[in-house]
Amino acid sequence: MAFFSTLFSQIINGLQSGSIYALVALGYSMVYGIIMLLNFAHGDIIMVGAYVVWMSMTSFGLHPLPSILLAVVVSTLLGVVIEKVAYAPLRSSPRLSLLITAIGISFLLENGFQLIFGAGAKVVPPLIEGPTFKIAGASVSTPALVTLAVTVVIMIGLTLLVQKTKLGRAMRAVSEDMGAAQLMGVNINTTISFTFALGSALAAVASALYLSSYAQASPTMGSMLGLKAFVAAVLGGIGSLPGAMLGGFVIGLAEALVSAVGLSVWKDGVVFAILIVVLLVRPSGLLGKPMKEKV
Amino acid sequence: MLKVEGIDVFYGNIHAVRQISFSVEQGEIVTLIGANGAGKSTILNTVSGLLRPKNGTVTFEGRRIDHLPPHKVLTFGLAQVPEGRRIFSRMTVEENLEMGGYTRPGAECAGALEDVYRRFPRLAERRRQIAGTLSGGEQQMLAMGRALMAKPKLLMLDEPSMGLAPLLVEQIFEIIKELHAAGTTILLVEQNAQMALSVADRAYVLETGRIVMEGAAAALLEDDKVRSAYLGS
Repeated sequence: MAFFSTLFSQIINGLQSGSIYALVALGYSMVYGIIMLLNFAHGDIIMVGAYVVWMSMTSFGLHPLPSILLAVVVSTLLGVVIEKVAYAPLRSSPRLSLLITAIGISFLLENGFQLIFGAGAKVVPPLIEGPTFKIAGASVSTPALVTLAVTVVIMIGLTLLVQKTKLGRAMRAVSEDMGAAQLMGVNINTTISFTFALGSALAAVASALYLSSYAQASPTMGSMLGLKAFVAAVLGGIGSLPGAMLGGFVIGLAEALVSAVGLSVWKDGVVFAILIVVLLVRPSGLLGKPMKEKV
Repeated sequence: MLKVEGIDVFYGNIHAVRQISFSVEQGEIVTLIGANGAGKSTILNTVSGLLRPKNGTVTFEGRRIDHLPPHKVLTFGLAQVPEGRRIFSRMTVEENLEMGGYTRPGAECAGALEDVYRRFPRLAERRRQIAGTLSGGEQQMLAMGRALMAKPKLLMLDEPSMGLAPLLVEQIFEIIKELHAAGTTILLVEQNAQMALSVADRAYVLETGRIVMEGAAAALLEDDKVRSAYLGS
């Protein structure tokens, strides 16, 4: 019985961190789908969001909800500005230039924040408070439940947006054939900006959900989180949104189950082992379509 | 209606189109013929705004359009059916058509959809089908229907016969004639010179980025040089 309650609480943990990975992975996948860029600065948007939450709660004394909203707004704007300033001028350059620029932006954000706020971690006051529930012998915290619920709602909303709205259709069109989408009258600058805005907003939400359980903001917090979310996106099939969601949960659960059997030191190792296996066995990912060269 | 004057287009250092001038008058079918690599698609993409000419001007109904992005050019009434059809293969037939009406308000779009389905009953039958699973001829119809969703004044067709069986080529050209009869001006780019010249009013012959001949399509069809170079006789 004890074994099952431990297993159950680890599954809850896995789903909780998996939710966060999934939200971040969606941003990676959407951006890759549109402009074929592995946006390595995406993880650092999480960090910026965390600092906004920390500052608005501790310096401005705002309540959690307005702080989170502010973080979403700032991250969204930052994502759009980064695209306009750093990536848009390179749109017809080789993909490698774009990738290097993304890594540069990542360094800039991490070191910039270290310069301004110092390298130490900042403690963020509790964001989501509530009782801990006993379900099937396992304890489930309110932040865990909120994280899962918010993620599910966002995933449904995003799926509807992409599948049913005109804007979503334009995003799919640009991701399949940018030139043809332009001939249909799609303004690709708007569509690309919107994609970055959406991805960054999701990263800020992920950041708030992360802080609700691990209440610390530090300049490098986004790099490991971002990297794991990137693995989730690749596992699911980069460019595929259902894939990013699935990949996030699989990575979260894999980590939790490795911890459950007492190998928590191998937690990170397992994630990257998954990446290696995926790249060797099925590079297009679980739900990705095999890449075809455009004619 | 469309006036292209002295355009030069480059891909990096490659001078793909040299000092090209041509025009399309309202109500005409004009064709640009020439071998692969002569610069035909480059010209259409420049008119559409996907490429920028280094020199020269493109005017449509008296307005300069050579500095405008493609989504602006479209709203003036120029639509292009690109080479290789380039339908959105992961979307349904209907979603493809809705993309064609992207710049138009919802109500107009619904009307245009009905018009396209009336013209292409096959597309209506397959409206829920994923476009990538259509046959080549159906995909060409979808690409044409998609462009018609924008209700263009000038329809530019890039190699509509490419990769199609002779019977389907006939069918596609019948549709082109019908569209023309219904009042759409047409600029047709083709390697199939025989078919193109037989429907067109006027034609321009391109060789390695230059116009080497121009005139009435009927006259070019009889011209010895054209016959030996492009018609295989």
